[in-house]
Amino acid sequence: MIAHAIFFYVFSLIAIISAIMVTVSKNTVHSVFFLILDFISISCLFIMIGAEFLGMIMLIVYVGAVAVLFLFVVMMLNVAQQKNQWLLSEDSSGHIPIGLIISSLIFFELIIVIGGWKYKPDLFNSNNLTNLSDLSNTHSLGQILYTDYIHVFQISGMILLIAMIGAIVLTFRQREGVKKQSYIKQISRERSEGVEVLEVPSNKGVKIDD
Amino acid sequence: MTEIGLGHYLTLGAVIFTIGIVGIFLNRKNIIVILMSIELILLAVNINLVSFSIFLNDLSGQVFTLFILTVAAAEAAIGLAIIVVYYRNSGTIRVEEIDNLKG
Repeated sequence: MIAHAIFFYVFSLIAIISAIMVTVSKNTVHSVFFLILDFISISCLFIMIGAEFLGMIMLIVYVGAVAVLFLFVVMMLNVAQQKNQWLLSEDSSGHIPIGLIISSLIFFELIIVIGGWKYKPDLFNSNNLTNLSDLSNTHSLGQILYTDYIHVFQISGMILLIAMIGAIVLTFRQREGVKKQSYIKQISRERSEGVEVLEVPSNKGVKIDD
Repeated sequence: MTEIGLGHYLTLGAVIFTIGIVGIFLNRKNIIVILMSIELILLAVNINLVSFSIFLNDLSGQVFTLFILTVAAAEAAIGLAIIVVYYRNSGTIRVEEIDNLKG
């Protein structure tokens, strides 16, 4: 139990510090790196608490896909000059105290909810779903994901498809003046528009104008 | 102190949620960092769902965490595509210069 506590405090400390560094870091690339560190430590927490499938999925989806997507966008856009320096900007620092007040209010509300909420005692003992203690986390998750939640699962697949189409449509750009091969133009070429038979008079030559 | 319960995980979620809120409120320079703060907020929600799911012995929380993960990935892709298009059109993604709607 003491090892569990030590691991929890270490990982949550790393997660909180890296979350702070995401927001205050001057360089956007460093922000992305700290975001990756945050996701890794939170997924370690998930694996430690017993949700190992979600921890692994989190590593794959967030670290492998989303963070790399962020890095690609940071690389493509010229954000080297657009440093993230809200703590040092003098011209527009009027929003900082209001933002801090509102955020601390939200934090204290959350803490009050957590501290003051009495857990319903029978919630801990009730097995709302089948308690598959002999199966692994992935196995039991799959058993309810593909039966009880199959429609939601399909809809989430549709959401991903629509997001993919939307991202492609948004960033697709038809450029002007780029030479491209047009297959339908090449295939539908006729002899009459490609070849012209000319009557060449002797000693005169022929004038081809194009 | 050494007994880690549900409250510890919920507090961690609250702290990360608040850091994400701070990142959205106080950031005036870079809109990509705002997207990353939104990812932090969704991560905090995932922490809450997973810890409730573990401590209440109910797998529905983990299933919904999976769906939140899906929506977060879609949202990041669409948001970054919008940022790329905006940068291509206007040449800047500074938050204080994006004021076309005079808000």
